Amino acid sequence: MTGQIELEAKNLNFYYSGNIHALKQVSFFAYKHNVTALIGPSGCGKTTLLRCFNRMHDLYPKNRYEGEIVFQGKNILSKDVDVINLRSRIGMVFQKPTPFPMTIFDNVAYGLKLKGINKRTELSERVEKALKNSAIWDEVKDKLNVSAYELSGGQQQRLVIARALAVEPEVLLFDEPTSALDPISTSKIEELLVQLKSKITIIIVTHNMQQAARISDFTGFVMLGELIEFDKTDKMFTAPSEKLTEEYITGRFG
Amino acid sequence: MTVFDEELQHLKEKLLKMGSLVEDAIKNSIHALVDRDNALAAKVIENDRIINTFDVEIDEESIRLIALKQPRAGDLRLITTAMKITTDLERMGDMAVNIAERALELNEEPILKPYIDIPKMSQIAQGMTRDALDAFVRKDKKLATDVIMRDDEVDDLKHDVLQELAFFMAQDPTTVFRAMKISFVATYLERIADHATNIAEMVIYLVEGKIIRHMLPPAEDK
Repeated sequence: MTGQIELEAKNLNFYYSGNIHALKQVSFFAYKHNVTALIGPSGCGKTTLLRCFNRMHDLYPKNRYEGEIVFQGKNILSKDVDVINLRSRIGMVFQKPTPFPMTIFDNVAYGLKLKGINKRTELSERVEKALKNSAIWDEVKDKLNVSAYELSGGQQQRLVIARALAVEPEVLLFDEPTSALDPISTSKIEELLVQLKSKITIIIVTHNMQQAARISDFTGFVMLGELIEFDKTDKMFTAPSEKLTEEYITGRFG
Repeated sequence: MTVFDEELQHLKEKLLKMGSLVEDAIKNSIHALVDRDNALAAKVIENDRIINTFDVEIDEESIRLIALKQPRAGDLRLITTAMKITTDLERMGDMAVNIAERALELNEEPILKPYIDIPKMSQIAQGMTRDALDAFVRKDKKLATDVIMRDDEVDDLKHDVLQELAFFMAQDPTTVFRAMKISFVATYLERIADHATNIAEMVIYLVEGKIIRHMLPPAEDK
């Protein structure tokens, strides 16, 4: 279950513009080809932490990182990192499905075209592969030229995952990917994540503790910008070491 | 207190009630033997139905809480522990019934010898049962450990009882049936103490999240 570390935050501090200290000395790692879940109360910093991993915070210039995030031996917080390239290697899927206003095919081909892949046969192959890997191929193969908006919410979310997978990332970050979905779509996505971990490393932020328990190998509990406890998921949910974790996990917070 | 906390509290109380019924059953079964009280023996046998009902209800309640409340961490350990404890308590109740049945048979015959070690065994086993359940309710690891240690005393006494009975049987074959039945009683009491030990071991799991059974050096079967 354990093994090679894919991504590691070392003494990470993060400040939103206005000097709001959102992450405090966080040291955290994700094993390669594992699912790692981040849980914690609203506003605790788990999404902030997730967004550090592909430099999402760079969109606002006054945000500031301190410390290191090491990805395959390189500090991805350093100035010389090509952020666009980084985000194709460490992709992200959001809470609400974000299909582009174009056909199903073009949604998935979009990232590939950006990378300069224009050959029709290669595009078709890679789109098909991505749609198969995100377990939606059978549902869309006969309507690839239909607008993505015609899909249901759960299908849209799997389409978005296919789009992220098409560029063959090494890590995928998920920010509450099922919170807008019904239970059936949720279980399809959960099943998908567990299957995907044979190919990629997954970090997921979730408010649904049972979801963290069901699909993750490791769980980190974040509170007030600090990583309170990080351990194997089965340990965290049967016998956590920290009292705060116990209180949060059993719903007896504050 | 949340609704869930109240439900957990209710589960604990139910287990305690079952525990006190089991404790009474052990005490009464030995009284029935020592005082040659057939009515009391019959009562122990009759009351076992109530203990069995508790066993089923505690299991059902635990399964319901697991299904509907998705307990985690300490709550999960509490409920799974309750489910295991109820199984041990139910078996202890069955042992008390066995003792009561042997008492009814022995009461038909002349007294073989005054009972000395058997009541001692019974007292220790009852104390272990009570303390194991106290330790469960108070999440008291020290008390649970103490219960586990006391199991040896019961084992030693059983050994003494069997030795003495073997001596009787060797001396006088007409004592064989009675002596065998008394040695069964000693074995039942030893089993009861083993079940109390199981409960105490579960308490340590409840407190520490660590399963310690089968880790201690195996107790010699005397």
